[in-house]
Amino acid sequence: MATGSPRAVILALAAASAIAVLSASAISDVYTEAQRPPQTFVTHTGAVITTTGEVLDPVYQISEVEFDPDEYLRNFEYGRISVDSETGQTVREYVIVAEDDLVQEIAPGVFYNVWTFNGTVPGPTIRATDGDLVRITFVNNGTKPHTMHFHGIHPAIMDGVFEPVGGGGGQFTYEFEAGPVGVHPYHCHIMPLEEHIIHGLYGVFIVDPKEGRVPADEMVMVLNGFDTDFDAENNFYAANTVPFYYQHHPIQIERDRLIRVYVVNMVEFDPINNFHLHGNLFYYYPTGTDRVASFYTDMITMSQTERGIMEFTYEHTGKFLFHAHKVEFSEKGWVGVFLVKDPGPGDGGGYNGDSSDGDAATGGSSGAAWEPAQDATGPAAAAAAYDGREAPDGA
Amino acid sequence: MTDGRRPMAHEQDRGLSGRGSSAGRFRVVASGAAPLALVVVLVLYVSGPGSTMLEVGVPLPEVTIERVDFVGSEILATVRNTGPIPVSIAVADVNDRIHPAAVEPDAHLERYETAVVRIPFDWNVAEPYTIGITTDDGTRFEREVESAAPALRPSGEMAAFFAVIGTYVGVIPVLIGLLWLPFMRRMGRQVYVFFLAVTVGLLFFLALDSVEEAVDVSQENLAGSFNGLMLLATSVVVSFLGLFYAGERLSGSRGIGGGGRVGGGDGRTGSGASPRLAGPVAIALMISIGIGLHNFGEGLAIGAAVGLGSVAFSSFLIVGFAIHNVTEGVAIAAPLSRERVAVWKLAGLGVLAGAPAIFGGWVGGFAYSPIASVVFLGVGAGAIFQVMVVLVRWIGRGDSPANGSNGSGASGGGSSGLSSAPFAAGIVVGMLIMYVTSILV
Repeated sequence: MATGSPRAVILALAAASAIAVLSASAISDVYTEAQRPPQTFVTHTGAVITTTGEVLDPVYQISEVEFDPDEYLRNFEYGRISVDSETGQTVREYVIVAEDDLVQEIAPGVFYNVWTFNGTVPGPTIRATDGDLVRITFVNNGTKPHTMHFHGIHPAIMDGVFEPVGGGGGQFTYEFEAGPVGVHPYHCHIMPLEEHIIHGLYGVFIVDPKEGRVPADEMVMVLNGFDTDFDAENNFYAANTVPFYYQHHPIQIERDRLIRVYVVNMVEFDPINNFHLHGNLFYYYPTGTDRVASFYTDMITMSQTERGIMEFTYEHTGKFLFHAHKVEFSEKGWVGVFLVKDPGPGDGGGYNGDSSDGDAATGGSSGAAWEPAQDATGPAAAAAAYDGREAPDGA
Repeated sequence: MTDGRRPMAHEQDRGLSGRGSSAGRFRVVASGAAPLALVVVLVLYVSGPGSTMLEVGVPLPEVTIERVDFVGSEILATVRNTGPIPVSIAVADVNDRIHPAAVEPDAHLERYETAVVRIPFDWNVAEPYTIGITTDDGTRFEREVESAAPALRPSGEMAAFFAVIGTYVGVIPVLIGLLWLPFMRRMGRQVYVFFLAVTVGLLFFLALDSVEEAVDVSQENLAGSFNGLMLLATSVVVSFLGLFYAGERLSGSRGIGGGGRVGGGDGRTGSGASPRLAGPVAIALMISIGIGLHNFGEGLAIGAAVGLGSVAFSSFLIVGFAIHNVTEGVAIAAPLSRERVAVWKLAGLGVLAGAPAIFGGWVGGFAYSPIASVVFLGVGAGAIFQVMVVLVRWIGRGDSPANGSNGSGASGGGSSGLSSAPFAAGIVVGMLIMYVTSILV
């Protein structure tokens, strides 16, 4: 045993110092950037924070906004309209393309692999009139099989369950008569079903009554959630995908004007979701199938794919919250604000948050959102020009 | 090619002629460095820019919330990227509810980089909170705090607080334990061996205790990428071997020397009159150092517990630690019971063993680092194991003169001292004492 060799001492010292340096570097904080001057932020909860770093708050985080909740809110796809010369039936043709490889910023700073109909979650709002022939050319550009399964009345072969459409360009034409009147979801029905739904393969299908509804400022809200870490619990909730969006971009509506919201609950995992309106009550038509309201309330509870039509009018101006009264959901993003304004003479209705959308004709200030569907020269004509593959953003 | 051949030729040379000139020495260094250089080349080739070889599999992000502080009306989470890829922090939550927050210095974290996430939140004292961090790919990581308590800020008041606690928990009990010295002086050999063995039992328990604490820390607070258990094992071994080596050097080869000498040299060294530091004082000093390192770890644990709000620091706990640590004084006193030692030396040994609890409290309370804790606890355990080895030899050697006839065998020293009833009983009693007093903590 050669004790006392100086080399051994040196080796031991070297080893010890190496360990010391390694652990010191691991322990010490590695700040690589120079500090910025402190800035003060008023966050979306009202909390004020002063920091030299970055702020994590949906108000300040810059998003890529591949999906625009403002645009989705009042966008209805009426299809390419023609009339069957023999039967006189109105035919509405759509092209819907499914994909499953997109990664989108579904919440500020959070990127998630969304599976989409026409590139967005939710997919386009398909709108027809009771008795119209709906013809959907479905193209699956994804890697997995997908289908479109509509809630409603249709032949078995059009149910989108037993006829999987293969990925890589598989096609299927869904053709059925629109009905019954109401608001319905559509979604992919490939197993495992939950996986296909939670990734975003769903949308809204509205069937208008032949005689039409009372003119109103109409909008669609899909209540949805995202389980971004795959633990069978949603990490984010929203009305129309982006958490907290309508809280920072209030939905502008007019006082004394009828508001009609087509609301569809697509939240998975949680057995219920709900919708609470502030400063007002609404008439609620479950599934939108009845012409008489079932409730006059400020709070409805919905299970999976439950949906309905809400109608209300604000007497007072100002900001009014709407949110899940299952507060966990609202604190994870399912919260929004109606900004009620006096109907100004020259602001063209002013409800549309996107002022660049100049002509604002689509279902807006004219107050007859559903009506022009019958009129190929109205907004429906613009909608009819829609081709899913080329312009997924709509008219 | 020529580079490759030369060292080989040289090695053959060396085999014949022994150590070469300075040129030969250079070749030795070169032959040692060449494989290292090849390793560097390999790493660069595999992971360098342009390499697509290893783009197999999906690296998953991982961040670890290393500590959570409750300050004013804010919750501060110290976050480290402990995964294989850079991440950005996207969302902060409290109890699984999204809250606005600030990240300093910024939200982007390279590997092992840290950031502090400041969440404005009116937290309530003594309530449990779970802090969550979601990265840019939507993965959420969380850390639970059992009971929120205001974060400790380094202040004279807090430093004094920890000094007082450290004194109660470390210094005073050890000094009290030392007061058994006069009692131990008056006992016979068998009782002396018994007390030394009790010390071994106490130390063994303390070492295992340190290891267990370090395992807990590494599992609860250390990201997997830091290999907490291996860090602990390395710390224990380095500490043990380092102190062992240093001890041998200090005590000289004739004292409590290498393994073979105990049995063979027993006859000469039995009186304990070895040169330099081989004597009981040296052993007591080593025990003090070992226990001091252990108490530093204990102080870290106490400071961290107070700082992280994971326990209510009660007077009961202090009493428990104090009683527990009285036994450590016995451990130091036992080898000295056959010596005349100046009182100031005794007090010095006691302070050396006890005072680190104060420093541990400061470090643990004000600048808690799980890595440092694991290292310190491991070093403490290694130091205690080393002292145990020294003590066991001491016992074996101390008794061996009485059994001189067995002296020729390597196990001769142990057959009397180490297999005697007092030795076995002492170890058992020592561990039992520690176990019973540990229940109080």
